[in-house]
Amino acid sequence: MGNNVTGSVAVIGGGISGMLSALDLANSGYYVYLVEKGPAIGGVMAQLDKTFPTNDCAM
Amino acid sequence: MLTLSELIDVKGEKGNFEIDILKKPRYVDLDLCIGCGACAEKCPGKADDEYNEDLVKRKSVYVEYAQAVPLKYRIDPETCLKLTKDKCGNCEEACPTSAINFDDKEETVTIKTGSIILSPGYKPFDPSQFDNYQYSNYPNVVTAMEFERILSATGPTMGHITTMPKVPVNPKKKKDKELAAYRKDPKKIAWFQCVGSRDINKCDNAHCSSVCCMYAVKEAIISKEHAGDELDCSIFFMDMRTPGKDFEKYYNNAQEKHGINFIRSRVHSVTEVPGTHDLEVVYADEAGEIQKEIYDMVVLSVGLEIPEETRNLAEKLNIEMSPGGFCNTSTFDPVSSSVDGIYVAGAFNRPQDIPQSVLDASAAASAAGDDLSPARNTLTKKLEEVPRINVVGERPRIGVFICDCGSNIKGVVDCAHVTEYAKTLPYVEFADEPMFACSQDTQDKMVEYIKEKNLNRIVVAACTPKTHEPLFQETLENAGLNKYLFEMTNIRNHDSWVHKNNPDMATKKAKDLVRMAVSKAALSEPLKEEKIPMDERVMVVGGGMAGISAARSLSAQGYEVHIIEKQDRLGGEALKLHKTPKGEDIQKKLKSIAEDVNANDNIKVHLNTTIESTDGFVGNFKSRITENGDSSEIEYGAAVLATGATAHEPDEYGFGMDDRVVTSLDLDRMLIENSAELDKMNSATFIQCVGSRDTNRPYCSKICCTHSVHNAIELKTRKPDMDVFILYRDIRTYGENELLYKQARDLGVIFIRYDLENKPDVRTENGSLVIKARDHVLGQPLEIESDLLVLATAIVPRKDEKLANFFKVPLNEEGFFVEKHAKLGPAEFATDGVFICGSGHYPKPLDEAITQGKAAASRALTLLGKKDNLFTSGTVALVDQEKCSSCGVCVAICPYSAPSFLEEGRYSGKAEINPVLCKGCGLCVASCRSGALHLKGFNTDQIFSQIFALDEVV
Repeated sequence: MGNNVTGSVAVIGGGISGMLSALDLANSGYYVYLVEKGPAIGGVMAQLDKTFPTNDCAM
Repeated sequence: MLTLSELIDVKGEKGNFEIDILKKPRYVDLDLCIGCGACAEKCPGKADDEYNEDLVKRKSVYVEYAQAVPLKYRIDPETCLKLTKDKCGNCEEACPTSAINFDDKEETVTIKTGSIILSPGYKPFDPSQFDNYQYSNYPNVVTAMEFERILSATGPTMGHITTMPKVPVNPKKKKDKELAAYRKDPKKIAWFQCVGSRDINKCDNAHCSSVCCMYAVKEAIISKEHAGDELDCSIFFMDMRTPGKDFEKYYNNAQEKHGINFIRSRVHSVTEVPGTHDLEVVYADEAGEIQKEIYDMVVLSVGLEIPEETRNLAEKLNIEMSPGGFCNTSTFDPVSSSVDGIYVAGAFNRPQDIPQSVLDASAAASAAGDDLSPARNTLTKKLEEVPRINVVGERPRIGVFICDCGSNIKGVVDCAHVTEYAKTLPYVEFADEPMFACSQDTQDKMVEYIKEKNLNRIVVAACTPKTHEPLFQETLENAGLNKYLFEMTNIRNHDSWVHKNNPDMATKKAKDLVRMAVSKAALSEPLKEEKIPMDERVMVVGGGMAGISAARSLSAQGYEVHIIEKQDRLGGEALKLHKTPKGEDIQKKLKSIAEDVNANDNIKVHLNTTIESTDGFVGNFKSRITENGDSSEIEYGAAVLATGATAHEPDEYGFGMDDRVVTSLDLDRMLIENSAELDKMNSATFIQCVGSRDTNRPYCSKICCTHSVHNAIELKTRKPDMDVFILYRDIRTYGENELLYKQARDLGVIFIRYDLENKPDVRTENGSLVIKARDHVLGQPLEIESDLLVLATAIVPRKDEKLANFFKVPLNEEGFFVEKHAKLGPAEFATDGVFICGSGHYPKPLDEAITQGKAAASRALTLLGKKDNLFTSGTVALVDQEKCSSCGVCVAICPYSAPSFLEEGRYSGKAEINPVLCKGCGLCVASCRSGALHLKGFNTDQIFSQIFALDEVV
């Protein structure tokens, strides 16, 4: 493999995990393709009302 | 970002993949759509709104929700009249930017990448197949996801809880009208746990979904907040599983403070009370008596499962799945799939909650990057810098933008009027009324206006600066203006949303807010952000598995790491453990990892070493260490705290008095040593929660249930006729560890539950070790004679206040480190440049500690990646030394240690602020009795001008 690698990553799924993986990678110097099957990213977390233990708004 | 896209095939291998992606048509041009919603207004098509769990209808052209990213409409080809029947086309006529494209076609694109991360997520279990809970038939039986939408302010009932949630608000069908007549505010709601989890009779999900106990407690608490304290909430559960950080406290509060009932029972059946749609719940109580109770609503706490399409994808990619149907990963590589170069994160990896998914995300990012470090920064693009325009000394020329926010603001506030008014204010050169101030086309226009009209200050009246200020500041920079020449005022959250019923007053208030913002903007000045130099070395404190994992990830990406370990070898608490719950030999693996670390040129291991002092801040830390008695100094740019936790020393159950009473770690040692004593024993008993979940330590230690269950299986496997008992309060084998719990029961391990009020009694009688408890099924006292008593001791924090002080990071009341954000920042501190992993954060099993180690490394990598463009904020405090009276109040009051006294020069003895440490909170400014402190960007004259501007109308 050596140095002959591609400096990009595909992230499949744009929920909370996918979005944050993509952000970390982009901020550490890799080009990211974030692939989401729905019309918008956000995943299930965007459907939640509030989150414990602080009852912060999930959005 | 590729939306409406699915991965269809992968070729190639680690380092060089070729991926085919199927892009489905949106029928709306992403570049042209401005998200105004004119199309949806005219659309006659209707479809179930998936975002609201189909509880309401949406249009055929839609955005999922107001905050969707990208905020671009999409036409649903299944219900669109034009696409299905070639009728209509209203949206095409209504669209002001001609973004609608009915000829949009499906296409396949191929992308080339070095690594792949799979985070396809889960689907909530569908309970329609359960006939005993009647989800399909009864309108008042809902799933927890549906209930989540019911509670939401953006949901179908705007957060108001009513029965008949599945019936439309304005029913049209006869049946719906009949049902709607029964609609009422519920008085009693029941939650049923483990629906589609821990169940292989009615479905195939043997695993525990890990998240349902906590979300049910949350929903119950929020229901009471919405509907009032009189609402009766009951949760029917088997074991209450709240093992996460601060979860036990939340559970205790739910019982004690919120009065939520917890009933230990698996509900047998639900039937509607004739003549009503109320629900009769039949269950057996703990004594085995059949009970009946009537509820207005039942919420099914549905579990998590991996949808078939994801399983098919995994099969296609040759990815091994676990027995529970999740992705198979090992304890030591917890985010690596069985295919080299493909990593996993989130619920696809294992059933887990948001913080754990967030950790997975960062860990997978660093693992994916490890393979590609030679190609780092080869494909990313650098932003071009726009030369700055010097505005100092120029007369203010203010541009004002009054945002309609679609109809969000315009629906209440007369935005056109406010825009005209803004034009009349002093120094205002230009005012405009965009439909969405945040849309890309408005940003482009803003840049043009700034250049064309020579504007040097910008005011945006729109939503909240919390989310949108950075966007507008970037636009200013793109136009060559300093980003601090910007002022934002909130005429949505503070005005149109809260004064819906008073449009006239709201318009007046908007004018006041705009006038105040303009008067402040006129006085704003360009501020400078200081560049922070960055030392690229990292110090990891603690050489346990979490710290080692962080160090290895950092070194793989080319950074130099120092590991500080106070013991004489690497490994930490893992050195005392026998096997992982997945059966991996820990000592063997540890040995090879330690050899690997020692051979790594990028990692310098300091054994027998303690930290004496630490100075500095992000990018520039300096510590004095003592290594084998010799003192030296290390400089570094970021620190990872991985100091771990330790086992509680028990003072009960005869520990220390009878040699047969040992701790979990003692048993592990015997198993590692393959002790012959174990073969002589005919019985063993485990007692759980020794030192956990009591008044001294109100938290759950998370790992002990799985640990004991696993060790019980080990004993039973060594010697099948051994009698093994586990005395527990709740068995918390979350996730796929549940499969071990089942295996233990199948092997004949006997589980006996006890309460905190009736702890087991241990004594030595005639030379035998006797454990007395109560049988929870029969309610009878029982005695167990045992050759071995294993105490599952609590994990206690080190409470290292010295270390916390060195890095200015907080400890919670139990002594664990407090992370930046419970959900979104679980591997970092609020203090810049300091990261956290391992059991010092909270007790956790090896795989989670390793994940967090990798995640902390990933977060540190994003910081180190900023090497040449790390800046302080411009809004920091500044001392006017001429006025400073050297009283020291600022030095004492600052939570970030930013102010200090100058030691030399003309102003020796006066205060100064270190802009790198200053967070711009303003505490020192408000407390300075000499008026010597100023907060840049919030100067006294700016604040007063705002107040006076408000006064103009009074």
